[in-house]
Amino acid sequence: MSSENMRETISDDIEKYLKEHENKSMLRFLTCGSVDDGKSTLIGRLLYDSKTIFEDQLLAAESESKKYGTTGDKIDLALLVDGLQSEREQGITIDVAYRFFSTDKRKYIIADTPGHEQYTRNMVTGASTADVAVILIDARKGILTQTRRHSYIVSLLGIEHVIVAINKMDLVDFDKEVYEKIKSDYEALAKELEIKNRYYIPMSALEGDNVVQKSDKTPWYDGKSLLELLDTVDISKDNKPENFRFPVQYVNRPNLDFRGFCGTIAAGSVSVGDEITVLPSGKTSRVKSIIDAGDISEDKRFVTTQSAKAPMAITLTTEDEIDISRGDMIVHTHNVPRVSNNLKVMIVWMDETPMEVGREYDIKRATTVVTGKVEHINYKVDINTYKREVVDELHLNDIASCRLNLNRAIAADKYKHNRDTGSFIIIDRITNNTVGAGMIVDVARREHDRVIPAEERHYSQAERELNAYIRKHYPEWNCKAI
Amino acid sequence: MVSEKRMTHLKQLEAESIYIMREVAAEFSNPVMMYSIGKDSSVMLHLAMKAFAPAKVPFPLLHVDTKWKFHEMIDFRDKRASDLGFKLIVHSNPRGLDMDISPFVHGSKIHTDIMKTEALKQALDAGGYDAIIGGARRDEEKSRAKERIFSFRDKNHRWDPKNQRPELWNIYNTRINKGESVRVFPISNWTELDIWQYIYLENIPIPSLYFAKERPVVEYEGTLIAVDDDRVPDELKKNAKIKKVRFRTLGCYPLTGAIESDADTLPKIIKEMLLSRSSEREGRLIDKDQEGAMEKKKIEGYF
Repeated sequence: MSSENMRETISDDIEKYLKEHENKSMLRFLTCGSVDDGKSTLIGRLLYDSKTIFEDQLLAAESESKKYGTTGDKIDLALLVDGLQSEREQGITIDVAYRFFSTDKRKYIIADTPGHEQYTRNMVTGASTADVAVILIDARKGILTQTRRHSYIVSLLGIEHVIVAINKMDLVDFDKEVYEKIKSDYEALAKELEIKNRYYIPMSALEGDNVVQKSDKTPWYDGKSLLELLDTVDISKDNKPENFRFPVQYVNRPNLDFRGFCGTIAAGSVSVGDEITVLPSGKTSRVKSIIDAGDISEDKRFVTTQSAKAPMAITLTTEDEIDISRGDMIVHTHNVPRVSNNLKVMIVWMDETPMEVGREYDIKRATTVVTGKVEHINYKVDINTYKREVVDELHLNDIASCRLNLNRAIAADKYKHNRDTGSFIIIDRITNNTVGAGMIVDVARREHDRVIPAEERHYSQAERELNAYIRKHYPEWNCKAI
Repeated sequence: MVSEKRMTHLKQLEAESIYIMREVAAEFSNPVMMYSIGKDSSVMLHLAMKAFAPAKVPFPLLHVDTKWKFHEMIDFRDKRASDLGFKLIVHSNPRGLDMDISPFVHGSKIHTDIMKTEALKQALDAGGYDAIIGGARRDEEKSRAKERIFSFRDKNHRWDPKNQRPELWNIYNTRINKGESVRVFPISNWTELDIWQYIYLENIPIPSLYFAKERPVVEYEGTLIAVDDDRVPDELKKNAKIKKVRFRTLGCYPLTGAIESDADTLPKIIKEMLLSRSSEREGRLIDKDQEGAMEKKKIEGYF
């Protein structure tokens, strides 16, 4: 539906419009590009063409265009976007800003992040919540070092859909060859980084070609415009119901008769009667009732539901009175993640003060806070060349593979399987600053962290004899009896 | 059975806001929620009610009363507090009351500085709150677009836009030292349309000032304002006319622009909003003082 049609529906039948819009889905995307790739112009264009910009904001941008603008008499669309006064004076965007617009299909949240190298941490921040990344490439310049950098971060943060916007096509006469060359160069890069889905669009953000509507200047291009693509890209995750993960956020105990565990389902789904295990304690029970917070109204403050799924905010009660507190993870008994205090992780360092090996930091993963230290830096990645280096500390914007040791075990998933239970932040215990971000790559098995009772494994006669033999002849091995 | 379809955007926003509120209740020892009686506050209160049901909202609500609010707002506030049973704290700046601060006499800047910004600091200092939940949205104003959901404030309630804590995924850093605080914005990612749609969908009570009705109004500094009580200066009052108007935002009546409108139902309000070409803050006189006005106010501690 065009925006003109949309306005007609609004005037003719607002209730119908509201009905349709109740069912919109949400998509978060990240835009990556440097100061002169036209990123702010592109966002300004999306906001302007989707009629999200109001007249008074437009007037303000016009008055500012005269003062700071770089586009002569035309309104500098970038000024609709660049937020803080100090940034406008410098003419650069220095932080993550969030923008909103919607079409009749989706509500969009744009994370607008700067492209300078020293601002890697901002891009990582923006990428952490994005479903889709739009990477801008200047058609005249092709793939640059910064494109490699942006793509690395996008891949590291697990964004599965990358739209490569080949911008400023007006400056290369909408030449198909230019587009094809950049496309094939990027395919090679994407392969190296294992980026799942790639889409390519020849574009001019300044002129509006292939941004909202298909441009007639690129008859050779049979794909969609950027907005058409965003409206239709399938971002549904493979939410397997059995992989239930529920980080306990808050214990709700209004009176002696009710003890509920509040939280947001991180993955999978849960039903009344399901057998559950609480981690890391390993205690088990069954789900007695589920309250979907969304169902609560002023008149009905206690309504229950039979089942719930990610990412719903719910309150669970259990059949048995077992000890459950904030930071615990509730899972299905038949699908228990590893519990360990030894993790292999990727860390992005975000603070001026370097990260020291062996120093204690607070680690916050979902609702769990534990103390931890990096035991060893496996290697640092150069995000321009992807080469690995051996280092003994991490500086601002460094990205490295590390071995993380926690002071107590947690139930952990790999980041690539679950963003919510596989990610964490690092907090300095003195300054309280967020100094780093991390993603779990692997979870080690350690004997003392075992939660699965030993009787679950059945040993053969030969294994039992071997165990007895070792215990008898090599007591100094401290071998456990099975 | 749970449907396999993705959640709608409003359901997702709702779940995210509830997560944020629960995080505050779990991690802070003395949180408070700002309550300004308007539509955004109404949505926040509704979300808090959902987040903690069947228990009551576990933190108090704080209203900074400038003494120049529409009288209907005050009635509405007190009724909501008794209906929902939350603890309500009301604070007005005693210094300002002594000085008899009036927007008509002292102007909007002094009124706002003393009765809002200073009063807020007093109330926060008096309460010693470590987390203050506010209803700001990122779509409201450009400087808000960059604010974190958990936004750190130093001992003097000041915001440092260039030195914000990185905020990733939905993991919020709630660590502070004594005397410092965090402002938390659970509806950061909602737009004005989301708010209205949610009010419509969930049937959330809001003050009737949002709906068009015949009201006495007068032109003041280029904007139509309500003649809400006898404190409107006589030279203005004599020009008052009855017009069918409504208010897009609610605040101090001398500083809140009325718009002429026939929108007397929620769908009509939403329709008017969607078709109008001026943004919500247009009706607020305080933003227009100077370019970058909001950024400056925020650095000083304004919400």
